[in-house]
Amino acid sequence: MGTIRISGAEAIIRCLLEEGVDLIYGYPGGAIMPVYDELYKFQDQLHHVLVRHEQGATHAAQGYARATGKVGVAIATSGPGATNLVTGIADAQIDSTPMVCITGQVGRHLLGSDAFQETDIIGISTPVTKWNFQVTEASQIPEIIAKAFYIARSGRPGPVLIDITKNAQFDELDFSYEKCTGIRSYNPVPKLNLDKVAEAAALINSAKKPLIVFGQGIILGQAEAEFKAVLEKSGIPAAWTILGLSALPTDHPLNVGMLGMHGNYAPNLLTNECDVLIAFGMRFDDRVTGKLSTYAKQAKVIHFEIDPAEIDKNVKTEIAVLGDVKESLAALLPLLDAKSHDLWHNEFKELAKVEYESVIKDELNPSTAGLSMGETIEMINKHSKGDAIIVSDVGQHQMFACRYAKFNSTKSNITSGGLGTMGFALPAAIGAKMGKPDREVVAIIGDGGFQMTIQELGTIFQTQVPVKIVILNNEFLGMVRQWQELFFDNRYASTKMINPNFVAIAEGYHIKSKKVTQREDLDAAVAEMLASKDSYFLEVMVEKENNVFPMIPTGACVSEIRLS
Amino acid sequence: MEDKTFTISVYSENNVGLLNRISGIFLKRHINILSLNVSESEIENVSRFIIVVNTTEKWVQNIVGQIEKQIEVIKAFYHTDEETIYLENALFKIASSLLFDEKQIQNIIKESQSTIVTVSRDFFVISKSGRRSEIEELYEKFKPYGIMQFVRSGRISVSKEKMEISSLLETFK
Repeated sequence: MGTIRISGAEAIIRCLLEEGVDLIYGYPGGAIMPVYDELYKFQDQLHHVLVRHEQGATHAAQGYARATGKVGVAIATSGPGATNLVTGIADAQIDSTPMVCITGQVGRHLLGSDAFQETDIIGISTPVTKWNFQVTEASQIPEIIAKAFYIARSGRPGPVLIDITKNAQFDELDFSYEKCTGIRSYNPVPKLNLDKVAEAAALINSAKKPLIVFGQGIILGQAEAEFKAVLEKSGIPAAWTILGLSALPTDHPLNVGMLGMHGNYAPNLLTNECDVLIAFGMRFDDRVTGKLSTYAKQAKVIHFEIDPAEIDKNVKTEIAVLGDVKESLAALLPLLDAKSHDLWHNEFKELAKVEYESVIKDELNPSTAGLSMGETIEMINKHSKGDAIIVSDVGQHQMFACRYAKFNSTKSNITSGGLGTMGFALPAAIGAKMGKPDREVVAIIGDGGFQMTIQELGTIFQTQVPVKIVILNNEFLGMVRQWQELFFDNRYASTKMINPNFVAIAEGYHIKSKKVTQREDLDAAVAEMLASKDSYFLEVMVEKENNVFPMIPTGACVSEIRLS
Repeated sequence: MEDKTFTISVYSENNVGLLNRISGIFLKRHINILSLNVSESEIENVSRFIIVVNTTEKWVQNIVGQIEKQIEVIKAFYHTDEETIYLENALFKIASSLLFDEKQIQNIIKESQSTIVTVSRDFFVISKSGRRSEIEELYEKFKPYGIMQFVRSGRISVSKEKMEISSLLETFK
C-alpha cells in the first residue's frame, strides 16, 4: 500500500475508519481540537456523538460494544477530559468490554511541566486498562492505533487508552495502514489442550449431580450455540452470572437461574451440593461465591477459561481447560454422554417452588398498595415479549431487572457487573440503541443512578436516539438502605433522596414523559412507551422500603442464602 | 500457607511504562517489594525484571499470573531461594585515613574477599558481591570504624532450571 502525507489528526481518523469504526462518542477540548477539526471533514464517514460529560462517552461506547460485540470508541481532551473517562474505563476493564479511548495531551515539549490541562493519564489509567500508550510523534499513530484495536478485541477483551500529544496531531507523517494481527509478547488465546478436554468430559460423564455455571465468556466468545448444544446433550442444569445473562434464553428448560448475592435460591444452595461444578467463561467473582472457604468444597471444579490468570485465582480447580470457549465447547460436545439428570433437576424444581412461594409470587403480584419493582419488570416483559435489550443501572432495580427480565437472545442484558457503576445505564442505553437501532432498548434506572448522568438526556434530545427510560423511583438509594435496614439497625444515613420533578426535567429535554403512581396505570403506560417511535421517559413510583431477596449477606456462604 | 522469600523473574519487551504496570500489581495487593532490578537480558530487546518478595506461594502464583497478563510481558516465573543462584552488590565508601590507621581494615577486606574499587586522598570505595547475609556481615564489621556512604543493589539471580524464553518467543511469532 502506498503512503499519503497527512497530519497526525487526519491519520487518527483514517485509522479509525480502517478499523471499521463509524461511530464515536466524545467531547472536544483544547488538546484534541486538531482531531475534531478533521472530524468535521470526515463527518459523512465517521459519526461523532457529542455527549454531555466524558463519563457518558465511555458508558455509551461500552453499551455500543456490549450490544454489538464490536469495539466501542470514546474520545476526549487532556486533563479533566481524560480523567472523566476513568470510571468508564475501569468499568470496561472489570467487565471485559472492548473499548478504545483516545485522549489529547499537551504538546510534547510541555509534558511534565504541569501545563494547562495536563494530567498523567497514562499513569492514572494504567491499573484500569488492558494496555495504554502515549504517542508523542505523528509517525507512531498508525501502528499504535492498530495495536490498540487488536489488544482491545482479542483474547479476553478490555479497554485500551491512547494518549496523543498535540504536536503529534499537528505534525505530518507518511500514512499507510496495516491492521495488527499479532504482538510478540502477547498470546491472547491459549492453545486448547485436547487431553484436558477429554479429562473434563470424563469427569462430567461420571458426575451424578453436575452443575454448570456460565458467564460472559460465552457471549464474548460467540459460543452461544455451542454452549446450548453441550447443555442439551449433557442435560446439566445451568446457572448464570449477572454478565452471563442472555447467553442462554431465560425460558430454556435447563436454565436454573442466577447465581450470587441476589441470585436464585436453587442454584446458590445446590452449588454446595453438586459433585462436579463446570464453569464456562466466568471468573468466580466474590458476589458469586460468597465466602470462598465454604464455596463448593464438596465439588470437583472444571474451569473453561481464556485467561490463565483466572485459573485457581479464587477457586481451586480440578481441571483447567484454557482456550477459546467456542473451540473448547465444540471439542467437548462429541465426548459427552447424553443424559437427563432428572432426579437432580427435581431438586432444583423443588427449591424453585420454595423461592416462588416465599419471594417471587409476592414480588410479581404484590398485595401492597405501592407498585413493586418486580411487577414493573414483568410488565416490560409482557410488552417487549423478551425481545428488548435491557440496560440496567446499579442498585436494587438492577437486581430486580436481572432477576426478572426475560431474554430470548444474546447480548441483551447490559449492566455494570464488576464495578457496579451508578450512572452507567442512561449513556450505555444510548450506545446500545445506536449499535442496534432495530432493537428495542429499555434502560432501567433507579432515582439515585439517574441523577449521576442525568445530563445525557441532552444527548438523547440532540441525537433523537429512541431509547426508552424507566426510572424505578423509591426515593431512596435503595440497596444501601436495604443494607442499613438489615445490618445497620435501620439507621438510614444519607440514603433518603429528595428528588426533583423528573418528568419536568425530561420534558425540558423535549422527551415524551409519563409518571405512574397507581398499579392500574402501569400496563397502559408501558404499552405506550414501547409503542413510541421516539425516546420515552417513564417514571414509576415504587414501594419505598422494599427489599431484594433472596440475599447472601457479604461474607456468608452460598448455602446460607436468605429468603427474607 | 506460610510466607517465604520468592524471586520473581519477568521477561518483557523493553517498553516505557511497564514498570508502572508491574509495580501496580504489587501495590494492589499490599505486597512490599524487597528488591527490584531491571536490566537487559540475554536476548536482544528483551528486559528482565528480578523482583524479590516475601509472601505465600498462593499469592506469588496469583501475582505471576497477573504479571503475565500484561501485554508486553513475555513470561514470568517465580523461584524459591533454593532454586536460584543469586547475589547482591554493595559499595562502601570509607575515609582513606582508616586504611592506614586501622590495620584491621585491611584484614577485613582480605577476609571478606571484597575488592577495592578506587582510592583517593579522602576516601576509598570497596565493592562486595554476595548474599544479603554476607554483605550485612561486612557492614557490621566496617560500622565501628565509620562508613561515609553505603549502597546495596537489588538482587540479581539466575534460575537453576531452564527458562527457554527464546523458544517461547519463536512460538509467539
